[in-house]
Order: sequence, then structure tokens, then C-alpha cells
Amino acid sequence: MGSGSSVNPTNYKYSLQKSENVQTLPDATHPAFKAAVLIQQWYRRYVARLEMRRRCTWRIFQSIEYACEQDQIKLHNFFSYLMDHFTPSSSKERDFISRMFISGESFKEAELEKYCDYESMEVPDSYTGPRLSFPLLPDHATALLEAFKQKQQLHARYVLNLLHETRKHLKQLPNISHVSTCYSEEVTVCGDLHGQLDDLFFIFYKNGLPSPSKSYVFNGDFVDRGKQSLEILIILFTFLLIYPKEVHLNRGNHEDHMVNLRYGFTKEVMQKYKVHGKKILKMIQNVFCWLPLATLIDQKVLIIHGGISDTTDLDMLHKIQRNKFISVLRGKKRKESNKDVEIQEINGESKVETESSESESDLSLSPQPRPAPSITNRLEFSKWLRQTVQEQIDWCRQLVDSESEPEEPTYSSVVSLTELDTQCWTHQEEWKQILDILWSDPMSQEGCRVNTVRGGGCYFGPDVTNKILEKYNLQFLIRSHECKHEGYEFCHNRKVLTIFSASNYYEIGSNRGAYVKLGPDLVPHFVQYQASKTAHTLTMTQRISRVEESAFRALREKLFAHTSALISAFKAYDKDNTGKISLSSWAMAVESVLHLGLPWRMLRPQLVRSTADGMLEYKSWLDDLAMEQRSQEHIQTSLLEVIYRNRSNLETIFRIIDRDHSGLISFEEFRQTWKLFSTHMNTELTDDGINDLVRSIDFNKDGNIDFNEFLEAFRLVKQSQ
Amino acid sequence: VSSVITWDSSYPGEKAVSFPESAGHSLDPQIGIDGAVAEIEKKIIEAFEVFDHECNKTVDVREIGSIVRSLGCFPTEAELHELLAEVEEEEPTGYINLEKFLPVMTKVLLHRSYQPIPEDVLLHAFEALDENKCGYITKEELVKYLTEEGEPFTQEEMEDMLSTALDPETNTVHYRDYISMLVVDET
Repeated sequence: MGSGSSVNPTNYKYSLQKSENVQTLPDATHPAFKAAVLIQQWYRRYVARLEMRRRCTWRIFQSIEYACEQDQIKLHNFFSYLMDHFTPSSSKERDFISRMFISGESFKEAELEKYCDYESMEVPDSYTGPRLSFPLLPDHATALLEAFKQKQQLHARYVLNLLHETRKHLKQLPNISHVSTCYSEEVTVCGDLHGQLDDLFFIFYKNGLPSPSKSYVFNGDFVDRGKQSLEILIILFTFLLIYPKEVHLNRGNHEDHMVNLRYGFTKEVMQKYKVHGKKILKMIQNVFCWLPLATLIDQKVLIIHGGISDTTDLDMLHKIQRNKFISVLRGKKRKESNKDVEIQEINGESKVETESSESESDLSLSPQPRPAPSITNRLEFSKWLRQTVQEQIDWCRQLVDSESEPEEPTYSSVVSLTELDTQCWTHQEEWKQILDILWSDPMSQEGCRVNTVRGGGCYFGPDVTNKILEKYNLQFLIRSHECKHEGYEFCHNRKVLTIFSASNYYEIGSNRGAYVKLGPDLVPHFVQYQASKTAHTLTMTQRISRVEESAFRALREKLFAHTSALISAFKAYDKDNTGKISLSSWAMAVESVLHLGLPWRMLRPQLVRSTADGMLEYKSWLDDLAMEQRSQEHIQTSLLEVIYRNRSNLETIFRIIDRDHSGLISFEEFRQTWKLFSTHMNTELTDDGINDLVRSIDFNKDGNIDFNEFLEAFRLVKQSQ
Repeated sequence: VSSVITWDSSYPGEKAVSFPESAGHSLDPQIGIDGAVAEIEKKIIEAFEVFDHECNKTVDVREIGSIVRSLGCFPTEAELHELLAEVEEEEPTGYINLEKFLPVMTKVLLHRSYQPIPEDVLLHAFEALDENKCGYITKEELVKYLTEEGEPFTQEEMEDMLSTALDPETNTVHYRDYISMLVVDET
């Protein structure tokens, strides 16, 4: 996987000018000559170092970003697996779990309308924001743009109304939109926006608003990370409805509520719409799944968010029911909880009954676990569970990581539909098609392999690109999904273009955004920008320093999150137990734990402040890291944040451990659970920290936490936000 | 393993000066000489890979300067040329292979070639261009020197340097301040 930057001719590069190129041959004996050489020599070295720092910073951000995505998918696999094999002891529990875990239920049309009803919502006279009426007119769009510039908020009623209408419209669209340059002379394609409204404003300012003579294709990832994802959606949907022939939206991997939970969009909506946020999110879920998957320009240029794979089949993509895939991460379709659910093992062997006995969960897939000890011995049981689950995790991990497996990690069971399935493709095959085009990345080597970094989709080589272009008679692909320093980048011999429209994505000054215009000749013209006033006034040095600081902060957090694993790794290099290791060993140990593929020796000066005689006292280094991360507030809020974000998952785990369903777990069990959980969530907390947390949650101070106390703690946290 | 090498530079009348040991890496006490070489190689490979976009052990020839310099060296353009001659293929392809680069660069680091320029030497250099010894150089003068003398800057390089060095109100470069600002960044 490349680092994502290209040799940019507009960057400063020293020139290898031979002396013949200079107009007048300089007099080398002149003192000014020598002085000039020294200054130039010194300066070029300075710039080279800056360039190296910039690239390292880039690498840090990218590896952390992708590692996060991978974490989430791994965690998801883990929970999916647990859920599949946890035998509910009653139908009530089954419902509870399916309701809790399967948060992405597809509502029936009528149910949806009823739940997200907006017509009864009254808009007070005191509301000064834009009022929408349907069908929308260009004036509404301008009003919205103005309102958002003034930082106003659209009333929830209009948001819901807009979402309903958008959904209605999207349903009629095919999976693959078609654009023709003979109608609209020029097509503008924009990449990831990620909630950065300023960038969208800039694009409209520089390029003009969508109109009958100005076509746009927005290639996914409108939301998450930036703070104005909802505003972007509102604007894009508005233009979509006003100019349906000219505005085209593709689904991105972030148009997925499971991803939104983690990357900020869900939080943004809930913060902006405290009363109606849930409804809005529910509607958005059902809008995302109706977004088209791809766009074709003149039958010659294919635009998809992520990429392709060697099995990409446009015919299949044309025909599948795209709305079945509410979340592309899940990979499984769940029926509504009131229908009967039959779960079959993929090898067709045993069936897990929906009514189960009291027996321990039947983990019948390899590896075989030992039989569970008696539940009366809680400590023993916890230990057994931990070991068993750890084995399963490792096994799941292997599925995800194994390169020999050309398919995606196969989930262990497939829900069989009780209704007749008219498609001749399996659900798995259809899911893979969508996963591939939303999550894949190009690579420079030939072939096609599993995208282990993101955890979804694949890496596709130039041969795969050529094959697809030939098969469907295309000229080139346009995709987004990856941040590029210049906002765009070609690869695969200019057959794949990456376009990324969120400038300063990682940090102010980190990268430009860009959009591309295509005329009937299909020759791309680029416009780059960096939508931040401060970015322009900073010097190159300052920009790089700022971004660098940000990157290293994130990296130090990550290191801290792996404290216990790091200690073990360091100890392995410290056989004599001196408490010190060499810097070389440090680099190797850190990579073996974090797996980020970063140039640790280059980064070392920023991470390891002082060493005595080339050796590092690792324990005190880790303590220093912890000190940075630890301010009482910081731990409390971030930890609770993590827990809160994953509360439905945690509840499931708790229930699994609380076998007698007494609703009580001891401090010890809480700690065990937390340790189990933290290996997947990459959060580290010292025992003291856990104790403090536990004690603060145990309101009645009886030495146990019941779920009510636990949930109460979060309600309070939520209220105080 | 510490030796001082004087390189004959290609400019008549000038000799490269060897400097006392400064920054650069220290030998790892735990691992001895062979280990030291291995560690140096790892450093070089790391730096190389940062610029290896296609992950195929090659980098664009124009990036070699950045790589060499970020490993702690201060070569002149001429010295860089000589280095390139050693690592380029017979038929220059525009790319440099790690295979060829690694041994050459290892030797460079082991011999501590292309020593860093200390702050005071840099200061003297600026002072040499400051005819009136007033503590600053005008934009015109600096541009003239750096784009016509020595190993001339490109226009881009010149503009880049001016963007930080130049005091826009007086159109001059107060070099002492400039140096101290940049040197801080070096740590």
C-alpha cells in the first residue's frame, strides 16, 4: 500500500543543475560564492527534512485512520460472532438481543412514515430559519445556503420532510446513474466532503451552483469527522430534488449508520436535534441505503466511491436490490424481530434452536472449546469464558487477516429467508459487490487481495483495472475514499483517478481539496483549493509543524492505549531485566505491537525525548506517556465516551457474563469485562482508573454494579453533555 | 568506527572541511559494530520507504536528495551528483533501486560524510554577504547571490526561503533572527 503521496512537481525540489545550466559560470574563489554554497547547502537540507517530516506525518494519520476502521470491523466481527453463538435462554432475551444489536432494522414503509412523521410537528413563529415547501425551488436552495452561512439550523420538521422526499426520489433511481455530456456540457465530480461545509461552499463559489447547465456528481462520504455533515446532506439533497437530472450522488462507505456511530455523524445529529435526532437518524439510515452505487459518464467513465475488485460485475450491480444493505458493514440481513428467524450453520449441520435449553452456549465451530465449568464458580467461569472467547477472537482475526482467503471474512451463519428468493445470486455475492466498490483501494502491484488495513473490500492492481475497463468498454475510473495531498492523484497509468474534496482533512494545512471537470472530450481539468484562511497565512514550516503536532498527539495516544502489550514486548528485549532497552529494540517492539508500518526510527526523536547512553528506560517512558494522557477529566470523559458509544455492545457482553441474570456483576467481573473489551477497543486504563470508575458507578456502595446503576451513569453523562 | 574523510569538491580552490562530531547517530552500545551497521541499514531503509510510493523498492531519482539529507547529511549539489552517479543504473531510468542505494548510503553514514553545518558557520556565511555589516541583507542582494552564485537556487527555492526569511515591511532579511528561527526547528 502506498503512502498516498505523489511526486508533486509543484512542490519545492532541489534542482540538479549542472554548472553548464547557469548563465554565467560563477567564480568559485569569490568569497560570496563559498558563502552562497553554504547557505544553499544548509537550506536544501532544511527543506528536505521538512519534506520528510511532512511525509511521516501523513503516514501517521493514514495508518491510524485505517487502523481505526479495521478495529471497528474487527469488533463488529467479534460481536457478530458472539451474538450468533450466544444461546438466549428465553425468547424475551432473544428479542432483547436482536433489538439491541440489530439497530439497523429496516422499517416497513408505513412504520417508517409513522415513526418519522413530521406533518404533526409545529414550527413556532419564533423560528427564523428557512421554511421549505415541496416541490423545492431554487430559491429554497439559496435560502438554505444563506442560512447555513449564518450558522442557522433548519427546523426538524423540514429536515424530516426533506428526507422523506429525498427517499421517495432516490427509490426511483437505478443503481447506476447515467450522465451524458451532450446534455450538460461539463460535469463536475467531487470527492469526499466529510462534513466540511466550507469546502462545499468554496466549490459552489468557484464552480457555480448546480443548475440545468451545471452537472455535479458527488462521490460519497458526505458525512462523518467534520462538524457540518448534516448541513452538507441537506444542501446536497435539496439540489438533488431541484435538479434531478443534473445532480448525482453516489453512496460512500460512510453513508452507513454503523460507521456514523463511530465517526461523529450520529453524535452531531443528536447534539443538534435533541428531541428529534433519533427520528432524523432513522430516516437518514433509510435514505443512505437508497443512494445509487455508481455513476457512468457517457458510458465511458465509471465513478464509484472506493474501487473495484476482480469480481466486480456491473450487470449484477445494476440488478441487485441496493436498499437491502442498510449497513454494508453488517453483511447480514436480519428480518424484523417479529418474524421467525432460523439460523443455519454455513456447513448445513446443526441448527441453533431459537428456544434453547439451560445449557451453556454451544460453540460448535472450530476451535472446540473446553466444556464450561459450573456456573456457581464465577471466577472459574469468567476464566473459561475469557479463554474461549479469546480463542474465538483469534480465530475470527485469522479469518479477517488471512491472505490465503480471497474472499472477505465469511460470517459464520447466513440467515435463511422464509420468502422465496427470486435472485439467482446469493446474498453473500451481492454484498461483496457492494462492499468492494465502497471500500476498495488501488495498489501498484498486480492482482487483487483482501484489504486487511481497512478490513473491508480489497486492494486492486492495474491488471484488475485494465480487465474491468476492457470488459465494459470504459476509458477510466474515478474514485475517492483516500485522502491525497494535492486533492487528486492518478494511478494505474492514469486509468484510475482519485479525487478528494475535503481540504485540511487531518489538520489545518495537511492537504488540498480538489474537484475535477470533464467535458465531452472526457479530459479532466482540476481545481485545487485549501478552504481555510489560516492555512494561507502560515508558512510552510508552521503548517507542517502544526499538522505534525496533531499527528504525534494521536500517535502518543495510540501508544498509550497499548501500554500493557508494549510492556510485554519491551520486556522480551530486556532479558536481563535492567529496565532498559536499546533504541533499535524499541523500534522493533513498538512496530510488533502497533502494526502501523511507520518509520519508527525516523519518528523516534519526537516520541522518545531523552535517552541515557542510547538506552531507553521503558517503564518511565510509558509513565510519561500516561501522564500526558491522564488528566482526571480526560480519562473520565473519554472512557465514558467509549463505553457510551458502545453501550449496546457492552450490555450484550455483560449479559453473557451475568449467567444467572441477576443483573449484578461484581467489581472483579467488571474489570475482567473491561480488559476483554479493551483489547478490541484499544483503550487502556490502569487498574486504578478502573477502580475509580467502578466505585463512582456503584451508587449504593454495595460492592456490586447493577445494570441500572450502569445505565444511570450514562444518562447522567449524556445529560451533562 | 570513526574516521574523517575529506572530499575533493569540484570547485577549484575550495576544500571540504571536516567538522567535529555532532548530531548523527551514536553507536548502539548493546549491539556492537555489526549491529551498528544493521541499525544504520534499517534507518536507511525506513527513510527510503517513506518515499517509495509504489512499495517496489524504488524511488524517483529526484527524491534522493531529500532522503540523503533527512538522514542527517548536508551534501552540496555537486556531492549529491557524485552520489547519484554511484547509485544510478547504467541506463538511467529515472528511478533508484534500494539495492544499489543501500550499500552506498551505509558507507556514507558510517564515514559520516557530508557533515552538518554548525550555526556559527552559517552565520559567517550570511555575514560574508552582508557587505556593510549591518545585520541584514536586502531582498535584491540575497536573491542575486543565491540565484547566481554557488549552486544557484531555482525560483521556487528562492521564493520559499523568502516567504519565511523576508521581513515584508523592510524587504530585508535579518539573518540572525532567521537562523535562530530555523535552528530551533532542527531539533
